[in-house]
Amino acid sequence: MAGKNLDLRRFPGFLPLTLLCLFLLYAPLIVVMGYSFNDSNSITRWDTVSLRWYYDVFYGVDAPKFKAAALNSVSIALMAATSATLIATMAATAMLRAGRFRGKSVSFALINLPLMVPEIVTAVATLIFFSALGFTTGYLTILIAHIVFCIPFAYLPIAARMQGIEAVYEQAAQDLYATRFQAFRLILLPLMTPGIMSGFLLAFIISLDDFIITNFVKGAGIETLPTAIFGAVKQGIKPNIMAISTLLLVVSVGFVALSYFVGRMGGNAKPTTTPKGD
Amino acid sequence: MAAVPHPNARATSDTYIGFGVPLILPAWVIIGFFLVVPVAMMLMYSFLTKEFRGGVIWEFSIAAYDQFFFDRGLFGDSPPTIEWTYISIFWRSIWQAGVATFFCLIIGFPTAWFIATRTGRNSTIWLFLITIPYWVNLLIRTISMKFLIRDNGPINEFLISSGLITEPFHIINTNLAVQLGLFYSYLPFMVLPIYAAVERYNFALSEAAADLYASRTVTLTKIILPAVKPGIVAGCILVFVPSLGAFLAPDLLGGAKTFMIGSLIEEQFKGNAGNWPFGAAASMILLSLVLIVLTLYARQQTRDQD
Repeated sequence: MAGKNLDLRRFPGFLPLTLLCLFLLYAPLIVVMGYSFNDSNSITRWDTVSLRWYYDVFYGVDAPKFKAAALNSVSIALMAATSATLIATMAATAMLRAGRFRGKSVSFALINLPLMVPEIVTAVATLIFFSALGFTTGYLTILIAHIVFCIPFAYLPIAARMQGIEAVYEQAAQDLYATRFQAFRLILLPLMTPGIMSGFLLAFIISLDDFIITNFVKGAGIETLPTAIFGAVKQGIKPNIMAISTLLLVVSVGFVALSYFVGRMGGNAKPTTTPKGD
Repeated sequence: MAAVPHPNARATSDTYIGFGVPLILPAWVIIGFFLVVPVAMMLMYSFLTKEFRGGVIWEFSIAAYDQFFFDRGLFGDSPPTIEWTYISIFWRSIWQAGVATFFCLIIGFPTAWFIATRTGRNSTIWLFLITIPYWVNLLIRTISMKFLIRDNGPINEFLISSGLITEPFHIINTNLAVQLGLFYSYLPFMVLPIYAAVERYNFALSEAAADLYASRTVTLTKIILPAVKPGIVAGCILVFVPSLGAFLAPDLLGGAKTFMIGSLIEEQFKGNAGNWPFGAAASMILLSLVLIVLTLYARQQTRDQD
């Protein structure tokens, strides 16, 4: 049967559909990136290439507003990701290294709960909670809400990494009279570093990206970058929005790429390979 | 949610035996106090009386659910009839999320298949290309979509200047725009679990089918699809559930006629409606819908494993 495609892995038309998929995913982003370099005042007409709107983002009329929002976004993301990573690392150690304990099966569901509850429902519930307790909504309430939904995202790569590390290393350390704390600090933690970094970076991006929950629990006077952009877009898409979107896009993609490469550092940490993640 | 390693998936060590509770405690406290308790309070609020301009009066009432499901006339004295306004908003959300899920599957399955059948590094690179857009801010992706499909956006400009159409193709503020937005928001969610399922698929099955003179189509529908079904179901859930409660796509791409659950809820808290118990009730109904879907999924999974 010469000429007939005998490769069972191949279906006609799947490659074009894959390319279509990638095209659909990237086309809107590339168009916006392209138009962010447009010199024109209008978003419709193409003028010449310039960095005018990037200049506008940093020094224009709205610059102080966006700068304050960006500062809030970054500081909240840093603190939320740090806290979530710490909590997730402890939780992963409990789930994967501490044998049986009471409430273990419930714990698994609890850690993943923020992923199951729709974002808008979390937003409503959190707003009601803070208002019933008489909390003033603002920076702190945003931070607390972000820590909660960052936990499962940090847990994901951390637990995956820990599962890949066999217990023999810690057992060997303990055989050599290391205390459990020393086994954790000197053996498990160094091996875990790529997973922990990767978890931190993902949590950071997730926090930086959030709009819905932040929009509910932020007070009147405080904005993060997404809520500030949303507010601006409500009055129509302006060219400076495209510049700021492009900047945020580049930051996000940069962080994810970083997380991806950090996560692959140190190989698989199996007993057959020499661990190098230190 | 499907990618998290299950605690019992593999025999675990017990280096830190006895430390389980103190180590898990921070996660318990944070998620319990700031998510479980709030959801319980939301349930409570849905049974309270509304205060004008937001907030509640601490008085038991089923007015919120009554308003959602029944119409009792302007003065509440007519016999109750079914109120379709809110039910139809929910129904539209289910429909929109369903259509978006369907299109994600149509594009996502071939993509996942194609990527999973690449060898070695190639597969990783393709997969990475699919995941990158997911990490770009959802708001920015939605704005990009809006920019692209506007009446005088690049697509229409191009079609008009090339002489294919004379009037701009009107998509924005229609159901189609919202479906497109949801599709675009969650497409990577469809690809990833199907990819994982296809990667585990044993191609000896395809060879066996081919040896027995099964055509390509028969192999696909009778052998491959049943084998990767768990991945397809997981992908559909991962697209459908967030689409159901989506706020940004309907808000930015849709109009008054494409109102969805997310906007309905938002309006009760941030908008002009200011009816907290009603917003809480609508959120509870949405949460129940999602929990039903997830429970059905969990039962399906355990049945598949038997």
